[in-house]
Amino acid sequence: MENALFEYLLRLGDDSLILGHRLSEWCGHGPVLEEDIALTNLSLDLIGQATSILEYAGKVEGKGRTEDDLAFLRFDKDYRNLLLVERPNGDFGVTIMRQFLFDAYRKPLFERLVNSSDEMIAAIAAKSLKETKYHLKHSSEWVIRLGDGTEESHNRIQEALNSLWKYAAEIFYEDQVDEELKKHGVLPDMDSLRKDWESTVHSVLEEATLKIPDNNWEQEGGRKGLHTEHLGYILAELQFMQRAYPNMEW
Amino acid sequence: MVSTEEIWGYLEEVFDPEVPVLTVVDLGVVRKVEWEGDTCKVTITPTYSGCPAMKRIEDDIVEKLNEKGIRNVAVDLVLAPAWTTDWLTENGKRKLKEYGIAPPENEPDKSVLFADPVVVPCPKCNSKDTRLVSQFGSTACKAHYQCNECLEPFDYFKCLR
Repeated sequence: MENALFEYLLRLGDDSLILGHRLSEWCGHGPVLEEDIALTNLSLDLIGQATSILEYAGKVEGKGRTEDDLAFLRFDKDYRNLLLVERPNGDFGVTIMRQFLFDAYRKPLFERLVNSSDEMIAAIAAKSLKETKYHLKHSSEWVIRLGDGTEESHNRIQEALNSLWKYAAEIFYEDQVDEELKKHGVLPDMDSLRKDWESTVHSVLEEATLKIPDNNWEQEGGRKGLHTEHLGYILAELQFMQRAYPNMEW
Repeated sequence: MVSTEEIWGYLEEVFDPEVPVLTVVDLGVVRKVEWEGDTCKVTITPTYSGCPAMKRIEDDIVEKLNEKGIRNVAVDLVLAPAWTTDWLTENGKRKLKEYGIAPPENEPDKSVLFADPVVVPCPKCNSKDTRLVSQFGSTACKAHYQCNECLEPFDYFKCLR
């Protein structure tokens, strides 16, 4: 049970950490000042959530690793984040679409984890849920604004959806880790979660006049530690200081 | 031994580093003050998961209580129950407004997409004719607004429930 819990916490925490890092790359590059601030605010929330989750993961593992050890001293194959969150930022449309597909999953997930039999997960979920509601509202509104905006914005956000869609299915990847935790009441049922996700995604995309691509190829791997080359570049930047100057602090 | 009531009084002298008119007590982040042997234990909870002020608040609490002669201070950070703007004191809300930050309004649930935007009165001229510039502002806890009447741009301490 401890092994499964540790593994699941890495999935949850690495999603937050890697997406938070991706969004932080927008700092100083946002299309307008307000959006620059918004994206980095989302980043701050996600990295804060990652801190709580990975701190707990370290305790569950029981080998004395802290949240910083887990963030800065693991190699790519030890990361368990979705391939979706390591996708490059692309243009603003790609960043917003990636955020939307992710937020539409995290909100119903946290709504359920609030009732987890694991008290710490329930506490982290209750805290994160409040923030995630803001995130989903923000990304949904932008998907609609861009999709139902000009011809140029419509085409670009549709293009973003086409390029990201194949990574969305991994959100619902399940294996023996989930099975074991579900048995102990730590994790909720994935089917009803998936229904909630689909309902949000379909209603927002419809409002945005966007079309789900016909190609239903599903690309997965992140949950098993099989990542795209993009994660390596993220870690090179994220971990540089600890690798170059081990144990440095400021 | 100093009573816990007195310690709550001392904590009224510790200010939020990002919204310096509010004390940590006004903000509702101090959840409990108790004695464990000769150690004064102060339990606090973060406003937002990534709020960078929390570490500073922890240090400031220790420093203030040391200054008041309490030698052993332990600050404990808990996540549950999760902080909400409902814990801002009335005094805190009044101070925010005087400082030029609109206090949180009674907002509908954020999970309702496309809900009517909340009316946030201008902290300067009290006009209700204001507009949301950005849901995200200078810190995690604030949104950015502008008054259409007096044109004042202002921060809104957003509702978190």
